[in-house]
Amino acid sequence: MNTIFKIAWRNIWRNKRRTLITAGSIFFAVLLSVVMMSIQKGAWDKMVDNVVNFYFGYGQIHDKGYWDEQTIDRSFALSEEINALPGQIENLDNIVPRLETFALGSHQKNAYVVRVTGFDPEREDQLTELSSRLTAGEYPAVDDKAILIGEGVAEKFKLGINDTLVLIGQGYHGVNAAGKYAVKGIVRFGSPELNKVMVYLPLAEAQRMHGAEGLVNSLALDIKDRRDVPQVLTDIRASVDTSAYEIMSWEEMMPELLEAREVDTAGNVIILFILYVIITFGIFGTILMMAKEREYEFGVLTAIGMRRGKLGIIIWIETIILGLVGAFAGLLGSLPIVIYLNRNPLNFNEMSEQMAETYENFGFEPIFPAAISPEIFFNQTLIVILITTVLALYPLLKIYRLKPVEAMRA
Amino acid sequence: MNIIEATGIEKVYNPNKIAVHALNGVDLTIEQGEFTAIVGPSGSGKTTLLNIIGGLDHPTAGSVKVEGTDISTLNDNQLIDFRKEHIGFVFQAYNLIPVLTAKENVEFVMLLQKRSQQERETRSMELLRAVGLEDQVNKRPSQLSGGQQQRVAVARALAPKPTFVMADEPTANLDSKSTANLLDIMARLNKEENITFLFSTHDQRVIDRARRVVTLVDGRIETDETKF
Repeated sequence: MNTIFKIAWRNIWRNKRRTLITAGSIFFAVLLSVVMMSIQKGAWDKMVDNVVNFYFGYGQIHDKGYWDEQTIDRSFALSEEINALPGQIENLDNIVPRLETFALGSHQKNAYVVRVTGFDPEREDQLTELSSRLTAGEYPAVDDKAILIGEGVAEKFKLGINDTLVLIGQGYHGVNAAGKYAVKGIVRFGSPELNKVMVYLPLAEAQRMHGAEGLVNSLALDIKDRRDVPQVLTDIRASVDTSAYEIMSWEEMMPELLEAREVDTAGNVIILFILYVIITFGIFGTILMMAKEREYEFGVLTAIGMRRGKLGIIIWIETIILGLVGAFAGLLGSLPIVIYLNRNPLNFNEMSEQMAETYENFGFEPIFPAAISPEIFFNQTLIVILITTVLALYPLLKIYRLKPVEAMRA
Repeated sequence: MNIIEATGIEKVYNPNKIAVHALNGVDLTIEQGEFTAIVGPSGSGKTTLLNIIGGLDHPTAGSVKVEGTDISTLNDNQLIDFRKEHIGFVFQAYNLIPVLTAKENVEFVMLLQKRSQQERETRSMELLRAVGLEDQVNKRPSQLSGGQQQRVAVARALAPKPTFVMADEPTANLDSKSTANLLDIMARLNKEENITFLFSTHDQRVIDRARRVVTLVDGRIETDETKF
């Protein structure tokens, strides 16, 4: 086997320029694919984190049917059964109660729809670290009658700290819900969508304003590790009355986010497919020339007693090594780029305001870090191995059909 | 003792189109230790006969027995294994493996035979010494002259301890000095080690050194002379 590898390795370098050109094309294909995939994955992971970690949580409990018809009328009182869950379910750190609804916000001549969230400042902070996102003012206390708003809301309404926002909406079972609240703090969300609509009001005041004392309509689940989510949800479903409550994962709550990610990924896959098709033809060209050039040699080797299978193995190893040299060089080349872009994300706020705005309109925070994912590196290597393995079939077929006398006449 | 018995060999190329009869019923026997040249004009069938005797091609009719084995009935893989164990080849264009050194080239067939490393080492050095290349063992073919490459090819052909060595126009690309040198080596190996050599050649220098000369014309043996 050692000699077979030695022959294969030396054969690769028989025509250095051709090998370097072929390996170089693989190098650039892998480099481009890894960097592209890493940025895309990083951008989507960040988006999911912005939406899931900073607001929704990895799971929620609602009254049955709430998610399809999100209304304050589907609120419920926290039962003993629900309150006891954090102590019973492993990896469920807490439940974070919310009373969520929409209202018309008004300040001076501006009026827009906002998302009002009645929240428990302490528990919310444990889940989403909301206080760490303060950009102005203070974080509200449990018994405050003041609001915390997103930066986008402040910009839209031209609100500053201690300015007043009037909220008018519909309360529990149709009662009027209205209030006038001073802005105590301003926070910045990663998600531009949330930034433009979020208004937090301490839970007790929100319940009073909506005539829903003691009621909540969603419970965000505080689960620290994403990998624990399925098991925690299963355990909760086993502990509560599922005919009265719905227990949903973030994927179930936001299928459009997953779909958008899949569509975007598919777009990239098409680009990579085209790239790899071009590379495939490049490698095939090399293999074709190599097989033609060495037809005579193949004939001699079979003449002196080398079985076709063994000869095929040498050629296959040559092709695979050629692919792997390019692929590993590409991986090594892309690693520092990916690490750099992970630590210093592409920030369109600094690069181009127009592009930043475009991304924000699409719901993306215009900061794209690259994800360092072994899966991406592994997949690119696998793709190159697959391509070269398939392409290596050509010389194998030639060798299988080889007649030494004819080959040596070539 | 006959080591090769070719009986009624016929070879027809393109039998379904414009048939070319390369061999028309050739009978030939070769004994152990012969130093035989097959000669004849271009297109007389020399190389075809050699290819069939060497198990590189199948005859259209007739049979070839090498040490009693009818090789015309063997399938491709059996033929490859048979060639590996019984036949040494020397080609016109040397045909060494370009990425292997002289020594590795000689060792290569023994490697295919699964001989031990020690045996490969010893025999390859012995053979390279026998062909006068003991100081060129680590050179690759591109670093050797044509004559030196052909001597490595002879050493490679002898490495598997074959029943006979088949050489197709072995001196066609060599100058006079290299040709004389190569023929000396082969004649010495033939005489001292009783190795059977079978050549196809146009080269008068080879014909002069051969002990038996078989002349082919139009796919038939016209003359078969043993000189001494």
